Amino acid sequence: MKKLNRRSFLKGGLAGGAAIAAVGTSKQAVAGTHNFGGYPDSMGVLVDLTKCVGCRTCEAACNKEQGLPEPDKAFDDPSVFEEKREGGLPRRTTEKAYTVVQKYEVEGREHPLFRKVQCNHCNEPACLTSCFVNAYKKTPEGAVIYDKTVCVGCRTCMVACPFYIPAYSYSSPTNPVIKKCIMCYDTRLKFGRPPACVEACPQEVMTFGKRKDLLKLAHQRISDKPDAYVDHVYGENEVGGTAWMYLSDVPFDKIGYDTHLGTQPIISYVKEFLGMVPMVLTIWPALFTGFHLLSNRKDALKNDDNKS
Amino acid sequence: MGGRKKTLLGMAALMLLTAPLAAQSWAAEGPGTVELGSLANYYSAVTFDHAMHTGVAPSCAECHHHTTGLAPTDPNCARCHEAGAKAKSVACKDCHSDKRFSAEDLAKIEGNSQLHHKGKLGLKGAYHQKCLGCHTAMGGPTGCQDCHTRNDKGDAFFNSGKYAPAPKASSGHGGGH
Repeated sequence: MKKLNRRSFLKGGLAGGAAIAAVGTSKQAVAGTHNFGGYPDSMGVLVDLTKCVGCRTCEAACNKEQGLPEPDKAFDDPSVFEEKREGGLPRRTTEKAYTVVQKYEVEGREHPLFRKVQCNHCNEPACLTSCFVNAYKKTPEGAVIYDKTVCVGCRTCMVACPFYIPAYSYSSPTNPVIKKCIMCYDTRLKFGRPPACVEACPQEVMTFGKRKDLLKLAHQRISDKPDAYVDHVYGENEVGGTAWMYLSDVPFDKIGYDTHLGTQPIISYVKEFLGMVPMVLTIWPALFTGFHLLSNRKDALKNDDNKS
Repeated sequence: MGGRKKTLLGMAALMLLTAPLAAQSWAAEGPGTVELGSLANYYSAVTFDHAMHTGVAPSCAECHHHTTGLAPTDPNCARCHEAGAKAKSVACKDCHSDKRFSAEDLAKIEGNSQLHHKGKLGLKGAYHQKCLGCHTAMGGPTGCQDCHTRNDKGDAFFNSGKYAPAPKASSGHGGGH
């Protein structure tokens, strides 16, 4: 057997490492140009904000469908619209309410605008990307669901979500977990039925259907009534596209929507880094252990010589 | 909304001028009252005073689109239904499905590639958008219970009335999350 000296080992190691790195980067390059773009027949909801009257029937329907705790105030109590949390922001989703309606007074608009907030069910969800226990799943039907038995309560998804949706059961001292809208996946969506809020809405503010059909419908509505809408379907491209999309008659940045999220899914910002993690975790320990053993080999041999 | 309201106001003004003449001829047509109970779950049925509304609406087409044979008021509809296409039935429920977004409803839309009215409202949406749209523009009643009183099941659904949550001693954490 050919004796392996330190120099040739290092050479081989470097060449191997370079080859692995090259394969790694070429894979990333391919992945970088291709976005998943969502399941082809996934369902979605088109929300026409011009139609919402702020009756909060959707909130009541969500509460009953999801078996959520009793609310602090009745669902027909409009005083919740005046509630503000820190920073003067309107109320947001909580462990007790997976959807909330917000009220916006818009200058020049005759009536206040009401906006329903819930999980937007991204095509490529940031919560899913960020979750290290893989609790999240994007189903082919379009819902972003999660396994609460796996959730360790680290709240990384709350930080990752560009829409500030996942809430946390702070009220549970022993097993706090993430809580959010699952598009009624368990009880409705997987059987082909619309979410409870959609069905309950008296104004049919929300249209349920295949995401690709809803997009056509959204653009049709804008072109039919160009004066009634701003020419933007929020959620069509934001963060790689979302299952819930919105039409509005006032610019989206005036009613609390983040219009600077870009069109790249959040995962594309961390893909390269995440692609490196398995390599670093598996190859590096072996490689450097090898280096370490090799560098100590002479000393070990010397010690052996001394003993004999 | 703004444009639509203007149009409606214009129509209302026009209607006030022509009402004495027009109301007589319209009142003869259509039912006196209609019981709208197909969706009564949390609310009592609505007794819709059709005769009164025919006197208030500027044209049958305002609610019935093209189905009564009159020219539709929406210019988008008029592109095809210029002179009005009289339908076999003019009842809301015969065109607007009370099972909107059900699997059958979605399959029906998907299965017909020629279908133009893909986003046609369901019955509940059609009622509310039409009623509330006009009532808002013309100053009619707009509260939920102005048209239909809520029943006991409805009170439970909304956690209201005798099902209202007990007032909290402190609600000072501002919603949190």
